[in-house]
Amino acid sequence: MTANTPEMLSGGEMLIRAIAEHGTEYVYGYPGGAVLHIYDAIHKQDKVKHVLVRHEQAATHMADAYARATGKAGVVLVTSGPGATNAVTGIATAFMDSIPMVVITGQVMSHLIGEDAFQETDMMGISRPIVKHNMSVRRAEDIPMAVARAFYIAESGRPGPVVVDIPKDMTAPNEKFPYVFPKDVSMRSYNPVQKGHTGQIKKAAKALLAARRPIIYAGGGVISDHASEELTKLARTLGCPVTNTLMGLGAFPGTDKQFVGMLGMHGSYEANQTMHNADVILAVGARFDDRVTNNVKKFCPNATIVHIDIDPASISKTVSAHIPIVGPCKSVLTEMIEIVEKSASKIDQEALALWWKQIDEWRQKHGGRYRKDDSEKLKPQQVIEAAWRQTKGDAFVTSDVGQHQMFAAQYYKFNKPNRWINSGGLGTMGFGLPAAMGVKLNFPEEEVICVTGEGSIQMNIQELSTCSQYGLGVKILNLNNGYLGMVKQWQDMNYESRYSQSYMDSLPDFIALAEAYGHIGIRITKPEELEEKLAEAFSYKDRLVFIDVLVEPKEHVYPMQVPMGAMNDMFLSKTERT
Amino acid sequence: MRRIISVLMENEAGALARVTGLFAQRGYNIESLSVAPTDDQTLSRLTLTTIGEDRVIEQITKQLNKLVEVVKVIDLTEGNHIEREIMMIKVRATGATREEVKRTADIFRGQIIDVTPSTYTIQLTGTGDKLTAFIEAISIATIMEVVRSGVSGIARGEKTLAL
Ligand SMILES: Cc1ncc(C[n+]2csc(CCOP(=O)(O)OP(=O)(O)O)c2C)c(N)n1
Ligand SMILES: [Mg+2]
Repeated sequence: MTANTPEMLSGGEMLIRAIAEHGTEYVYGYPGGAVLHIYDAIHKQDKVKHVLVRHEQAATHMADAYARATGKAGVVLVTSGPGATNAVTGIATAFMDSIPMVVITGQVMSHLIGEDAFQETDMMGISRPIVKHNMSVRRAEDIPMAVARAFYIAESGRPGPVVVDIPKDMTAPNEKFPYVFPKDVSMRSYNPVQKGHTGQIKKAAKALLAARRPIIYAGGGVISDHASEELTKLARTLGCPVTNTLMGLGAFPGTDKQFVGMLGMHGSYEANQTMHNADVILAVGARFDDRVTNNVKKFCPNATIVHIDIDPASISKTVSAHIPIVGPCKSVLTEMIEIVEKSASKIDQEALALWWKQIDEWRQKHGGRYRKDDSEKLKPQQVIEAAWRQTKGDAFVTSDVGQHQMFAAQYYKFNKPNRWINSGGLGTMGFGLPAAMGVKLNFPEEEVICVTGEGSIQMNIQELSTCSQYGLGVKILNLNNGYLGMVKQWQDMNYESRYSQSYMDSLPDFIALAEAYGHIGIRITKPEELEEKLAEAFSYKDRLVFIDVLVEPKEHVYPMQVPMGAMNDMFLSKTERT
Repeated sequence: MRRIISVLMENEAGALARVTGLFAQRGYNIESLSVAPTDDQTLSRLTLTTIGEDRVIEQITKQLNKLVEVVKVIDLTEGNHIEREIMMIKVRATGATREEVKRTADIFRGQIIDVTPSTYTIQLTGTGDKLTAFIEAISIATIMEVVRSGVSGIARGEKTLAL
């Protein structure tokens, strides 16, 4: 075959070839009628490896977590109808957190579309509100371009999931087409911003240098744009405090003195106080989500707000920005650092020292504390702290949704970006285990912990089987409180402890369950055995260990913002509030 | 405030659904909407009118711009512009009202485009307000049917919404 006579491939083969050519190693999926031609094409090659999950939702979370850990789009392949609808929760999860993902959904034959054919669902319609873009392939020869564009759209600008719906006849093995991987994917209607407005960046730098009580509030955008180095450098140059959102943890080192913790609903006392009392807030790749701002009408009344975001629609959506900067975090921060370094005016050191004195007082008063003496049982917070110590703070931690998620966010101090992997925007229970699998598969040498609860883990527990098949040695840290703890907490606080359906009756024996799938199970019931048993669990390097930790069921997550209050209106324990 | 937003977008299946879906999903209201291909068959021009505070309108235009198939968006009401809508209205026209209907149509520069012994169908072009005023004025007769095209608009002078 010479360079200028393209190879003849079927639609199914072109699809897999194009995915391989983009540099994708793994496709996560589940077969079915509409994608059988594609599965046959997978069977005939060895460039792309397929990971067979036990439920399509897990395939989406695996791909999603790979993307969160690397910044590259994960790829999912599912069949039409139920395969596609099973993927919906995972697509929405990725969409809410701006995670790049390419989801190939099979579709019934073109001539059957619209006839309520077997396993037909309008995936274009269903996915429209939860994707960055979707497309339906109408001609087999368009497949390479569709794939190339899907990756381009998913990974550029503000990232997000892209669905490519492919009718079965587009992938027929006997119809061959000349295959060329498109070099140029540019589109006249899609041009993400490459650079911020220099005038605005200068204005922002000036405001920061004139600040007396500045803070940097950084979110997931910093992680997705690989800008944490720049963020850290700017923060060091300015000497100001930094807070991260739930999505931004790790963007700034969690053990650094300048770090005041996570902000928002379950943010630290000092982070929420620092925000509320700041005079200049530099928001980077964060979106003033309602779980951060609390009541927007009372939000940070004295602050000049500088907002850097790649997505213009995120700016002034909920909170008006005084100095908006539309652009990629990395390039804007780089430019800003340069301006700050060159600037003749410097930040007022005396004012800054006073500001730090105030912040340290807040830290002293309520910084990251929980009581160990009010229960015989293990406290979930202490379990996270122990896991942090034993993994030297360097593990990838995925989480499910609930109290355990907040405890992990508060007590596992991430010093690196891309290591904290959780469903922030959608809050998807069932995310944790498949996410851990996606990370472990791609980073087999790394320690990967899934922090979960007995409620959440049961939403995708079937994936223990996938873990056996692929030898995925993740560590499942089940903070078993016997309740849908976060629901219970709200019922304690707002419904006079009427536990309507928040009790997890008839839990399985998780140890026996893990063993049934060929894994190791370890149960921890007493504080005395915590360190030793955790160490044992981590000593099984390549094995999946299900660590079932029985923790205090009465524990609440604090601080917790008072509903409709300002950022700094918080409950600090069951008996104290600000 | 009432706004006229013009959108230039790829003439592709699904693009319109994305625009209307966006409005439904985010709770923005659409007063009227009209869409057709332009001289360049690969592009469609969509005009919609909506009502909202400045902040909401700003979000609407930003969200529209985010749609991958959307090429350009402008809020025509921000500058000098011309707005037109076409209406066809069928009224019962018998006895004394028959003459009255015709006179009213003339005053509004409407054209009678279909006639039967008992009905007139009148075509009228103008701003949305003018059409609404005509409906009120013609209420002397029994209105049988009203069809409005929805507003379309264009900027005055050199300004264009094109590639
Ligand atoms: C799929 C899904 N269903 C429901 C919820 C609502 N929800 C949020 S937290 C929670 C309880 C989680 O319980 P568990 O996994 O045991 O964690 P815990 O809070 O006890 O640590 C529920 C039901 C959700 N976030 N996701
Ligand atoms: Mg629980």
